[in-house]
Amino acid sequence: MGIEIEKSCVVELSNIAVSNTHGEDSPYFAGWKAYDENPYDEITNPSGVIQMGLAENQVSFDLLEKYLEEHSEATTWGKGSPTSFKENALFQDYHGLHSFRAAMAAFMEQIRGGRAKFDPKRLVITAGATAANELLTFILANPGDALLVPTPYYPGFDRDLRWRTGVKIVPIHCDSSNNFQITPEALEAAYKEAESMNTKVRGVLITNPSNPLGATIQRSVLEHILDFVTRKNIHLVSDEIYSGSVFSPSEFVSVAEILEARNYKDAERVHIVYSLSKDLGLPGFRVGTIYSYNDKVVTTARRMSSFTLISSQTQHLLASMLSDKEFTELYIKTNRERLRKRYEMMIEGLRSIGIECLKGNGGLFCWMNMSPLLEKATREGELELWNEIVHEVKLNISPGCSCHCSEPGWFRVCFANMSENTLHVALERIRNFVDKLRASRF
Amino acid sequence: MTRKDNKKPPPPPPPSSIGGGGGGGTAMRVIVPLQGVVQGRGGLFLGSVIPCALYYLFQLYVKTRTRHRSSNSPPTSPHSNSTPSPSQNLPELSVLPRSLSRTHLTSPTASAFLSGRAASLATDSPHFAGLYKAAENPYHRVDNPEGVIHLALGDNKICVDLVEDWMEKNLSGAVLEERGDFWGIGITGISGFQPLDGVMELKVAVASFMSQAVDNSAFFNPSQMVLTSGVDPAIEILSFCLADYGNAFLVPTPHSPSFDGAAKWRTGVEIVPVPCRSADNFNLSIAALEQAFNQAKKRGQRIRGIIITNPSNPVGNLLSHETLCTLLDFAREKNIHIISNEIFAGSTYGNEEFVSMAEILEAEDHDRERVHIVYGLSDDICVPGYKTGVIYSYNKNVLAAARKLARLASVSAPTQQLLTSMLSDARFMQKFIEINRLRLQKMYQAFVEGLKQLGIECARSEGGFHCWADMSSLMRSYSEKAELELWDRLLNVAKINVTPGTSCHCIEPGWFGFCFALLTEKDIPVVVERIRSVSEATK
Repeated sequence: MGIEIEKSCVVELSNIAVSNTHGEDSPYFAGWKAYDENPYDEITNPSGVIQMGLAENQVSFDLLEKYLEEHSEATTWGKGSPTSFKENALFQDYHGLHSFRAAMAAFMEQIRGGRAKFDPKRLVITAGATAANELLTFILANPGDALLVPTPYYPGFDRDLRWRTGVKIVPIHCDSSNNFQITPEALEAAYKEAESMNTKVRGVLITNPSNPLGATIQRSVLEHILDFVTRKNIHLVSDEIYSGSVFSPSEFVSVAEILEARNYKDAERVHIVYSLSKDLGLPGFRVGTIYSYNDKVVTTARRMSSFTLISSQTQHLLASMLSDKEFTELYIKTNRERLRKRYEMMIEGLRSIGIECLKGNGGLFCWMNMSPLLEKATREGELELWNEIVHEVKLNISPGCSCHCSEPGWFRVCFANMSENTLHVALERIRNFVDKLRASRF
Repeated sequence: MTRKDNKKPPPPPPPSSIGGGGGGGTAMRVIVPLQGVVQGRGGLFLGSVIPCALYYLFQLYVKTRTRHRSSNSPPTSPHSNSTPSPSQNLPELSVLPRSLSRTHLTSPTASAFLSGRAASLATDSPHFAGLYKAAENPYHRVDNPEGVIHLALGDNKICVDLVEDWMEKNLSGAVLEERGDFWGIGITGISGFQPLDGVMELKVAVASFMSQAVDNSAFFNPSQMVLTSGVDPAIEILSFCLADYGNAFLVPTPHSPSFDGAAKWRTGVEIVPVPCRSADNFNLSIAALEQAFNQAKKRGQRIRGIIITNPSNPVGNLLSHETLCTLLDFAREKNIHIISNEIFAGSTYGNEEFVSMAEILEAEDHDRERVHIVYGLSDDICVPGYKTGVIYSYNKNVLAAARKLARLASVSAPTQQLLTSMLSDARFMQKFIEINRLRLQKMYQAFVEGLKQLGIECARSEGGFHCWADMSSLMRSYSEKAELELWDRLLNVAKINVTPGTSCHCIEPGWFGFCFALLTEKDIPVVVERIRSVSEATK
């Protein structure tokens, strides 16, 4: 388990350091290893492993490059620049540059088509959504408490919500019978399960649009989740990092819109997480935010953000870009279109092979159903199939068990981190594999 | 008595990258007098009207300042920068008085639960109150000569002009256009996923800079490094890796107020102070270390390590080769870790030579696994906004864990690229170190002289940015209460924001920390005169 302790080292480390709660031993990360050892390249390594387990958005990168070419003032500190280099380099106020927060708030409003308003003073900046989720967990729960999280969920939550915080995750089981939507019964069942373990539930954490489902949460479902957390007097964290990647804007409903419609009644238990890593394709920039309707959470989160700040240089860079409304509008629109096209290409391709996916409407991946191909409808059967796909078909995709899916046979397949050609190659490989598999069995 | 006993919240604390104030008893000793000072006159009315009024006034002030600033060309001479800019340390009343929050008023229904860790945040240390005052009325030699001079433990601005010049030469619009590289950083390479503990190019550049900073007395291996978004996360990550909830670190006092946040807050780890005395020039005594260790043991507190800062903060003295070896022996005997916080290694200016733990360990063949060095770029090279910290460890397992934890506090890619560029310019960095040292020495000496005129003596410092001054002659009595009362007079009457010894857990009352690296020489007489006015009032 965990890390191998070297025999020569006698001085002990903490429990946290030696535990494997970071979850990096899960298959989710093991597939990455296979990729790292033999990465696909169109020209130099056409038989390598194609990375389809990394939810990264590379489809709209050219728009960013073009913007920067035409607006070099965003990146330099010339004499005419509103902020001098010196001021920027010395600026370490953990509130963050006001211009940056205002730009982020405006961007978040644009993504929601103006259907919700965001006050920059309620934005707390963190180095990525990973840190934002962890930070909120530190604030909302004590060690030993629990957060309810609908399955299937992003494997990184096992680390982000639990590792240093000592908080537990109690799953809200969702299944394909209703397209994995969160039902009131499932919420109650999860809450009861926690109670039976003598664990205090402090909140519900949803991802909307969902990772790995690639689908938005319906308005009616959000309403009953909000009712549920109010009834139980717990918190709601809505991780909306893929909100700008919903193919059709009208299909995404943010919890912010629902709160506005309710006149912000009981809003103080709701906190939204956002990041630029997915929508803007800038994971290296480490830009995340927490938006909270709770004053105390805002203040505390700000103080805690000292341990995970964004450099003033990056804030400055992004502030000018994100406040350019013309650019952001073009970007959001184009990004959506391109992702939709990719998604449809993926779905069609899979359908022609006889593989169905969950009906998705956003995100950088699709939720593929390979259960008809399983030898045994069990976790082991799923992992066997997954092993074949990674090592023989040479596609790194994420098995549903790593996302804690209760039904075996589902896989998350990313489509936005490669060229269209590569996607075609991947689909071909799947076709060949499935044809062979079917032939060998029937 | 705790904060909960107070009926209304004190004025919202201003921000700082430094974490929460002192724990336990110290906090209470600080909070009580402060509450009285702030709320005693006028109470509820002042408690709510003042923040509102100040908020609007501040907004107005910032608007006029910005207009003024943009009409001037940026100063280029080294000593022309005298004050913290208004954009720094914004007090931005983040605990929004409800009337100010135009949207999303929080409903007055049953307040949702917040964790013990959230509630443990002490908000009333002098540190925050002082920052607040300094930010809302910052001194400027020309524009606001009556403003508050901010000298609390903080940053080094003394050579930021050198960095600015380098940027202009190497990263100006013209240069980038010529290169066809519009971020100044080759965006295609940096936007995607990267190793979240820092790219190797930057680690290599940092390793070579660290060697330069210690005059090549030690060499640093880039693969033993984990980069973090600042020094606070570096210390916090090490704290999480080396100690469990409820364990403790031994820390010589006075120490940086930021340890209270970084080492203790989210980790639940305690700090056991090892008091150092003025008679020893606040040098660490191994006897005191032994005593603190044994007392902790008696209390049933498990010590997991020692955190030393070398050059020390706030006093600025260096740990000798001998002391470092003795510390290593002590750690070995007790089987505990040593965290050596060397963030001021490049900012030494005295006659003594700085000895890094790395230098000691180069001679040692074994037992390196218990030593971990913390470094940062903010302080030595004047770019605190860029948030880059370093964990340097000889312990593979610590590195493995720290690497994973660094994903929660990674350095932004464009910043990594920019810093790689600058640090790789070895000639510039060498010159920078030399000039930084000279300027620090000059400023330190001038400041100490200034204080001497008032009969105020300072501890002997060899590095860092602070003067540790004995202001006990200005106190009304020799007590912590009197120290805080003096601090308050300095802030509100003399309008100088300094750090009182209590915030640093100093065992002797009356010592104050002045960050002289925030000053220019012309401001020193102003500071001296203001202190004189307060000292005269005392007599």
